[in-house]
Amino acid sequence: MIELIIMFIKTAVVFGIVLAHVAYTTYAERKIIGRAQARMGPMEVGPHGLLQPIADFIKIFFKEDIVPMNAEKFIFQIAPLIILVFTMINLTVIPFERNFILADLNIGLLFILASASIAVYGIILAGWSSNSRYSFLGGIRSASQVLSYEIALGLSLAGVVLAAGSLSLRDIVIAQHNTALGIYAIPQIIGFIVFVISAFAETNRAPFDLPEAETELVAGYLTEYSAFRYALFFLAEYVAMYIMASLCALCFLGGWTIPKFITQILPFLEKVPGILWFAIKVYAFIFLYIWVRATLPRYRFDQLLNIGWKVLIPAGILNLLIVAFIKKFLAG
Amino acid sequence: MVTLNWYLALSIVVFCIGLFGLLTRRNILIVFLSIEIMLNAINIALVSLSHYLQDVKGQILALFVIAIAGGAVAVGLIILILSYWNKPSLKLEDFNLLRED
Amino acid sequence: MLVQILFGYFAFVIVFSSFMGITRKNIFHSLLWILLMFLHMGGIYLLLNAEFIAMVQIIVYAGAILVMFLFVLFLFNFKEEINEKIFLSSWQARLYTVLIILFIFILGLLSYEQKYKGPYTIDLIEKQGHTKTIGIALFNEYLLLLLVLGFMLLIPLIGVGLVHRRRQKNGNS
Repeated sequence: MIELIIMFIKTAVVFGIVLAHVAYTTYAERKIIGRAQARMGPMEVGPHGLLQPIADFIKIFFKEDIVPMNAEKFIFQIAPLIILVFTMINLTVIPFERNFILADLNIGLLFILASASIAVYGIILAGWSSNSRYSFLGGIRSASQVLSYEIALGLSLAGVVLAAGSLSLRDIVIAQHNTALGIYAIPQIIGFIVFVISAFAETNRAPFDLPEAETELVAGYLTEYSAFRYALFFLAEYVAMYIMASLCALCFLGGWTIPKFITQILPFLEKVPGILWFAIKVYAFIFLYIWVRATLPRYRFDQLLNIGWKVLIPAGILNLLIVAFIKKFLAG
Repeated sequence: MVTLNWYLALSIVVFCIGLFGLLTRRNILIVFLSIEIMLNAINIALVSLSHYLQDVKGQILALFVIAIAGGAVAVGLIILILSYWNKPSLKLEDFNLLRED
Repeated sequence: MLVQILFGYFAFVIVFSSFMGITRKNIFHSLLWILLMFLHMGGIYLLLNAEFIAMVQIIVYAGAILVMFLFVLFLFNFKEEINEKIFLSSWQARLYTVLIILFIFILGLLSYEQKYKGPYTIDLIEKQGHTKTIGIALFNEYLLLLLVLGFMLLIPLIGVGLVHRRRQKNGNS
């Protein structure tokens, strides 16, 4: 009984911290993109605009909720919930520290891939149930983009699983710490690049954000959603960004550990708590997301699918072959 | 204690529901879907037998069935799309070119 | 006790949603009921200590095969033929046939006796993980079947490519 209460408290803490991060990531994005475009970003609300997310939340909370006339009402209402639930459920298998994980599944990585497969349904249902041509086309485009890049994502993670010998995320980090170079990004650099590009495409972020660009299909599959449902979609998008950043930090950059050759040079770094390293790696990846959005132009849809199928999948297979070769003949 | 008979009974019931859908619906997509329901029912039987007989063959066969069902659906849908370009109808009675009367 | 309650819930939802899936007029609603059924089948596999197959079921069936069905349904603009009847005219005779087949199956189930016990006990699978067990069996005993499966999955890929090339040569029909 007491374990159940502790589990509830842990879950509430994790979800609360991630939601607070999501709220302030919207603020950070506007500030950083503003600075990249030689302007200041939000400065009005609170000192330097720090209370902007709270103002946004209050505004969205009081907006009117519109359901289009001929829309399928029930499916229209559950589509944002499907995406949100199956994105936030990934938070339960991510190890933030050596001993802090909500559910140490021994198939943790496969669980994340499975819930990503089901989150696609939220996009398709949102686009279809809005009973509007733009939403429908945007939904189909976005769903085909996510499905194509899921394969490349899986292939890059297959290299990591092959090197680590386990599907559990905690065991992957521990196996990673025991290798010579400490992180998997260096021997599997091709896999790392494939993962980063797939992570951008999976979360529908720039430069692959054609389905939600304002100049393209109005807003793609979320055109007909207003007020709080729109907020749920954006919440799901930012939580997905955090999941991808955490996966990158865990599988390719070492998670809560730092490589052994660095601690041999500077031994005082061993005393820093692991969660700080994890946070630094995740923040660096989120900053990369925002930086790329401010910098790169977006791809046309057929160029997007071209990259996913014709470039990333062969690169992923090549990476898998290299890892298999290294594991059989070199490291043993 | 959930014994093996319960799982096999579930598999039989789902198989017969799929069989009913296969035999009586007029829409071709629902017929394809009923084939998938029947394959899933077989999978339940395979995995539960493999669990209670403590062997791994059933689960390997279930994996193969899942993979082959994926391939079968892909090929079936390609053929359906090709025939839809020819004659845009989804009703079973319209595919009667080989009938003799 | 918990296992029995979970089995009861999963079995009820599977039977109910498969029945609803084949009796709806709107194809799209049928597909959504079948999606529910596939997710609960993943749950049944988890009860049977087969976690790898549960995840593969969700990724492949619920996440790829049903999405293929949905895309075919959307992209080809099947006009909603409002049929008054969704069943064939002779559906009662076929229902009786299915009930007879069900009766024969149940007779077979009642006369089943378990005579064989293999070496893969539940403790062994829990100790080394289900993925590893299946991996060792697949790549040692069933390697030939795995390679043949790879070839068989290549065939739809080639088929789609051929259809696309023929469509390009003949002009979009």
